[in-house]
Amino acid sequence: MKAQVPVAQHESRLRVIARNALPFVVVAAAWEALAYAGVFPARLFPPVETVAAALVRLTVAGILPHHALDTVLRLSGGFILAAIAGVAVGIAMGRWRLAEDVFLPLVSIGAPIPGLAYAPLFLLWFGLGNLSAVLLVGFVSAFPIIFNTWTGVKAVKEVWVRSAQAMGADNRRLFRHIILPGALPYILTGLRLGLAQAWRILVGVEMLAAVPWGLGWLIFGSREFLNTDVMLAGIIVIAIIGLALEKLVFQRIEDFTIVRWGMMK
Amino acid sequence: MSDIEIRDVSLVYDTPSGPVKAIDNATIRIAASEFLCIVGPSGCGKSTLLNLVAGFLSPTSGEIKIGSSPLSGHGMDRGVVFQDFAQLFPWRTALGNVAFGLEMKGLSKERREEIALSHLALVKLGEFAHSYPHHLSGGMQQRVAIARALAYNPSVLLMDEPFAALDALTRDAMQRLLADVWRATRKTVVYVTHNVAEAVYLADRVVVMTPHPGRVKIELPITLPRPRDPLSVEFLQCQKDLLRHLGSEMDASDAPKICDDGATQR
Amino acid sequence: MTASPERWRMVRRTVVTLLAAAALYEAAARSGIFPAVLVPTLPKVARTLVNLVQDGTMLWHVSYTLARVMCGFALAIVVGLPLGILMGRIRALENFVMPLASALMPIPSLAWVPVFILWFGLGDIVTALIVFYAAMFPMLLNAWTGVRAVNPIWLRAAGAMGAGEGALFRKVIIPGTLPFIITGLRQAFQRSWIAVIGAEMLAASDWGLGWVIFDAKEFLNADVMMASLIVIGGIGYAFERLVFGSLERITVLRWGMVQAAKS
Repeated sequence: MKAQVPVAQHESRLRVIARNALPFVVVAAAWEALAYAGVFPARLFPPVETVAAALVRLTVAGILPHHALDTVLRLSGGFILAAIAGVAVGIAMGRWRLAEDVFLPLVSIGAPIPGLAYAPLFLLWFGLGNLSAVLLVGFVSAFPIIFNTWTGVKAVKEVWVRSAQAMGADNRRLFRHIILPGALPYILTGLRLGLAQAWRILVGVEMLAAVPWGLGWLIFGSREFLNTDVMLAGIIVIAIIGLALEKLVFQRIEDFTIVRWGMMK
Repeated sequence: MSDIEIRDVSLVYDTPSGPVKAIDNATIRIAASEFLCIVGPSGCGKSTLLNLVAGFLSPTSGEIKIGSSPLSGHGMDRGVVFQDFAQLFPWRTALGNVAFGLEMKGLSKERREEIALSHLALVKLGEFAHSYPHHLSGGMQQRVAIARALAYNPSVLLMDEPFAALDALTRDAMQRLLADVWRATRKTVVYVTHNVAEAVYLADRVVVMTPHPGRVKIELPITLPRPRDPLSVEFLQCQKDLLRHLGSEMDASDAPKICDDGATQR
Repeated sequence: MTASPERWRMVRRTVVTLLAAAALYEAAARSGIFPAVLVPTLPKVARTLVNLVQDGTMLWHVSYTLARVMCGFALAIVVGLPLGILMGRIRALENFVMPLASALMPIPSLAWVPVFILWFGLGDIVTALIVFYAAMFPMLLNAWTGVRAVNPIWLRAAGAMGAGEGALFRKVIIPGTLPFIITGLRQAFQRSWIAVIGAEMLAASDWGLGWVIFDAKEFLNADVMMASLIVIGGIGYAFERLVFGSLERITVLRWGMVQAAKS
C-alpha cells in the first residue's frame, strides 16, 4: 500500500523509487550505527552486511528456498481448504435459512477465539507436523471467508434481483447470473482476510508444531544457536512472500474483476 | 401489444402499529399502446401500484389482468425500468445487460447480440455496447436500462420515475428520446412520476392519485398533438389543470380547460 | 434496532444449535472411539473449569494475559494514533513512514518472537512487545485513513466560518476521523488478543492463558485446554459486546459517515 500522490502524475519513476527507498536507507544506516556502536553483542545485533551475507548464503545453498517452499505449500493447502469450504458454507448460509440457523451461531462463537489457541488441541489430536499445521490454518482462515461470503450473498442489491426476475430469471439462473457476481466484492474481501489470517497463523504454527522445514521453524530453531542473522534473513523472506501474496495474487484478481466492473467497496 | 386492466385493487400492509392500507380500490383501464402516467405526491401509492402490475407484490384484493390473462408474479410480458441507475449489472457490459432477457429466453449468441445492438442503437448508444456501466453517465445508464427492458419484446413497459435523478437538461433529452422510442415501438407504457411537466409531455392520459390511503382521484386525457411543445400556451394550461387537481394553489378557472374535456372524476 | 420476534428467533436458534453441537460432541466423547484424555466429556471439562476458577489459577492466568494485552495495546495507541494522524497531515512524514509500514505489515507479529527472545529474554516484555507490534498497524493505518477521509468541504466551510488551525483540528478533523479511530481500536484490539495468545505460547515462562493451553499439551490435559478456550472465548466476546459494542452505540455520529470495512 503506497501513499497516493495525486499531484505528481508526471513525477519521474526515478524520483518515486528514490522517495520510497529513502526510509529504508535511513533505517539501515541507523541500524548499522547501532550495530557498530557495540551497545549489543555482535551476535545478537548483526550489522546489515552480515544479514545480507546470511541471506545470500542460505539462498544459494538452497536451504532458504526449501523452507520457503514448504511454508508456501502449507499455506496454499490450508487456504484452499478454507476457501472451498468457506465459500460453500457462506453461500449456503446466504441462500437457505436453515443453513444460516445452523452455522451462524457456530461461526460467531468460533471466530473471536484466536486461532493459535486451538493449536495445542490440534497438535494433541493430529500430532506434530504437516497435517496439524494445514488443518489449523484451514480452520482458522475459514471464518472470515464464511462470514464475508454470507454477508455478500445477503447484500446483493434488490434492484438487480428484481430486474433479473422481470427479465425471466428463475431461482437457479438468478443465483448464477446475479447473486454470485453481485456478492463477489465481499467474497474477495473474505478471501483476502482469510489469506492474511492464514499467513499470520502459519508462521506461529510452524514454530509450535515443529515441522521439519518451514520459515517459522527456521527462525525459531535459530534461537538455540543465537543465529540472529539467519533469523533476520528468514524474516525478510517472510516479508517478501507476504508482499507478493498481496500484490501479485489479490491485486491481480481484484483488478480483473471488481475493479474492472467498478464494484470496489 | 396488450391492454392492462386494474380492477378494485387494494393492498394492505401489516405493520407493528396495525394494518395500513397502501392502496384503496384502484381501478384503471389502460388501452393497448397507450402511454399512461401516474402522478401524485409521495406516499400516494403510485410506485406500489406499479410494483403490483410488475408482479413484485400481490394485491390483497382485486385483480390485475394483462391482455385479458390474470397476473401471477413477474413475467416476460412486462419490462421494468427503475429510478436507480445502479439497476444495471456492473459485471456486464452494456451489451451484456441488454442481452440478459434474451439469454433467459434462450436465444443463440449471434441472435442475442444482434437484437441487443439494435436496441442500443434505438437509444443512440450503439458505440458504447462494450462499455461497463460505471464508465457511463447517469443518463446513458438509464438509456441502457430502457434498451434492456425493451430488448426481449415485452408488450408492456413499466417505468418508475426513471429520470428523476438526472439533471434537468439530460432529463429533457431523455423525455424526447423516450417519446421517440415509444412512437417507434408502440408499447403499452405505465409511467410513474411526480413531475407534472413530464407527465403532460409524455402521456396520452394522466391518472392522479392521492395519499393516505392511496386512491385514484381523477383521470385526465391529454389531447395535445405530438410532438409536444413544453413552452406552448396549451401545454402550460394542461399543466395548470393537472396541478389544480393535485391540490396546488394555481387556479386556471378563467382560461379554457384544454385538458379537462374528458376528465373523469372518481 | 431488531424487532422483538426477530431477536427471539435468533436467541432460540443459537441455543438449539449449541445444544445440538454439544450433544454430538458428547456422543463422540463417550463412544470410546477416542482416548478419554484427548476427547474429554463435557461434564469433565466443566468440572475442570470450575476447579481452575475456584482455586484462583484461572484468575491469575487471565490477569497476566490481560495485563500484557493492555500494555501492548496502550503502547500501540500512544504511538500509532498520533503518528497516523500526523502522517495524514504532513506529506513528508507519510512519504517516510508508509514504505516502512508496508514492508513491515506482511510480517506476522509472531515471526519476531525468536528475535525478541534473544534480545529481551523470555517473559512479559517480549509478549507485550509482540502485542504492540500486532496492534500498531491497524491503529496507524486507520488513523491515517481517517484523517485523509475528512471531507475537504467541511474544512473549507469551517475555515470560511472563521475557524483557525487549532479549532479546525479539534472540531472538524477529530470528530471526522472518529469512526476510523474506533474501527482502528477495534481491529487493534482483535490483533492484540490474537498475538498475546501466540506470544504466550512461545515466550511466556509462566502464567497466561496462552501459556496454560500450551503447557497442558505436555501433560495431555485436553480438558484444561478446552476450559481455557472457553474462558478465552468468553472474554473476547465480552470485550466485543460490552466495550466496543457500546462504544459504537454511543458514538451514533457514525451514522451517515463513511463506514470503514469491518474485519
